[in-house]
Amino acid sequence: MNTFASICIDGVAYGMILFMISVGLSVTMGLMRVVNLAHGGFAMLGGALAHYGMAALGLNFAVSALLAILVVVALSAPMERVLYRPLYRMGELQQVLATIGITFLMIASVSLWLGTSILQIRLPASLSGAVNLGFRTLPADRVFVIVAGIVVIGALYMLIERTRFGVKLRAAVDERDAAACLGIDTSRLFSRTFALGAALAALGGIMGAGLLPIDAYYPLRYMVLFLVVVAVGGLGSIAGSFVAALGLGVLDTAARYLAPDYGTIFFYVAMIVILGWRPHGLLGRGEA
Amino acid sequence: MSLIPRDRRLRDLAILLGMALVLTAAFYAFPDNLAFATRVIIMMIFVLSLDFVLGVAGVSTLGHSALFGAGAYAAGLCAAHGWNEPLLGVVAGAAAAAFVALLSGLFLMRTRGLTLLMLTIAVTEVLGELANKFSDITGGADGLDIVMGPILGVFKFDFRGQVGYVYAACMLLLVFAFLRILIASPFGLAARGIKESPARMRAIGAPVYWRLVAIYTLGGALAGIAGALSAQSTSLVSPAVFDFQLSANALIMLILGGAGRLYGALFGTLVFMSVHEVAASVDPFNWLFIIGALLLAVVYVAPAGLLSLPDLVKRQLRFSR
Repeated sequence: MNTFASICIDGVAYGMILFMISVGLSVTMGLMRVVNLAHGGFAMLGGALAHYGMAALGLNFAVSALLAILVVVALSAPMERVLYRPLYRMGELQQVLATIGITFLMIASVSLWLGTSILQIRLPASLSGAVNLGFRTLPADRVFVIVAGIVVIGALYMLIERTRFGVKLRAAVDERDAAACLGIDTSRLFSRTFALGAALAALGGIMGAGLLPIDAYYPLRYMVLFLVVVAVGGLGSIAGSFVAALGLGVLDTAARYLAPDYGTIFFYVAMIVILGWRPHGLLGRGEA
Repeated sequence: MSLIPRDRRLRDLAILLGMALVLTAAFYAFPDNLAFATRVIIMMIFVLSLDFVLGVAGVSTLGHSALFGAGAYAAGLCAAHGWNEPLLGVVAGAAAAAFVALLSGLFLMRTRGLTLLMLTIAVTEVLGELANKFSDITGGADGLDIVMGPILGVFKFDFRGQVGYVYAACMLLLVFAFLRILIASPFGLAARGIKESPARMRAIGAPVYWRLVAIYTLGGALAGIAGALSAQSTSLVSPAVFDFQLSANALIMLILGGAGRLYGALFGTLVFMSVHEVAASVDPFNWLFIIGALLLAVVYVAPAGLLSLPDLVKRQLRFSR
């Protein structure tokens, strides 16, 4: 029973992190049709900046995390404009090559700046203890991650369903050209969506530092992981990313607890089964 | 009626002769770097096989190392169980990789795009975990140490790597010649047609799915040859042969050189591995800057690969005149 509870809480926390990082990737890939292998780089940059803010500048966790996310947004906007925009019209393979190149540059920059060791992000004391729920206690950092994940999902839902930005975004994901014909400024939409995705990735990177430790090679190490979530969830589907992230997070955690020597085999077999059953992902539509 | 026009045959012969000359020149020019040169040649075979699957037939895959690994393990297991004649190992590697490609291809070739990319990665990861898990057969994470016998019972592998180099170079020439002939054949035309438009190929009655399975199996066999050669030349097989990084690097080299024309695979591999080797030895910490900048420059300046650069320059000159 105790193992079961641990699997649930760790798995859900892990799933929330995967969701935060992958959702931006899913939406940008669905919207702009760019295979962006560098997305994990924004999570790493967020984590590295937060680490720097706390370790070198002595800021507290919240301020440091907030500043880190702002800096990532500030970096992602010009990157979208200069590096990504020419890629929208190119083929899949050129996109793969260019975004791997961007990933390499990100890795090289961070390792030049902060070295290649693990960049610790120390949570404040109030989050490193345990939360007493009356009938049992839970590790506070995991609870914090889960709560943050729920807040992010709620906010995203409101943004997509209830704002003009959300209406335009949905329209552009479904029919990009028709949306442009109707007077939606798709290029501004691209920039904003890209920045939003980068911000969420940075948030996920910072929050998830305990589960997916931040270091210079982070974007390469977890590249496949984030892409799996996107593919299983379905391109451009926020709900799909959520279901996929949570499901894969719990599955992977359960496999680590119950059958540690089989490694990631269950994770990938599950993915093969799901994509064999629904080639466009759980909630994806049309061609990928 | 022969399938290949005569002048094309002559040109192919000239190209092969040229390649043999370059390989021979490299043998004498870099006597102390033969191990590195052998690695480059083996990688060239691997990237050529990827070019056939991805560049010619348009099957996007990030799991080509599954087939490399299958070949490496087959050759390694042969050698570990006493069959240490290298050519036998290559045949076993090609057969094993073709088998893996056939089995996975029956499933993979039903999908396209991102789904296909992810599934090919998944197949590779599962094979890697299996190689790790069944350690009594595969040696687990430590891998298999193998000792190779002499080639055809005559040519022994030497410490300076001369025999290994010549052996790999001959294999490269064979694979290249095979692919040139294959691409000019009706089968190769079908592959190119499927890349251009699967729907039209279906409309003119080509069994697209089965063609793709056959292409993937054949590409797999060639990747298996590269895997077997790699196992034999390093005397080691470890689960690292199933690394995602290997698939990704092969893809980078192919697109860098230019996909779809076999020279691109050769040139891209040579450039990437040389830049990698030199940059990493000059500055082991910051070489990724150079590789990253190189990749971006190629995509923005010559999206069709380095080999398209001469055409680009020619066109620019014509415009400026």
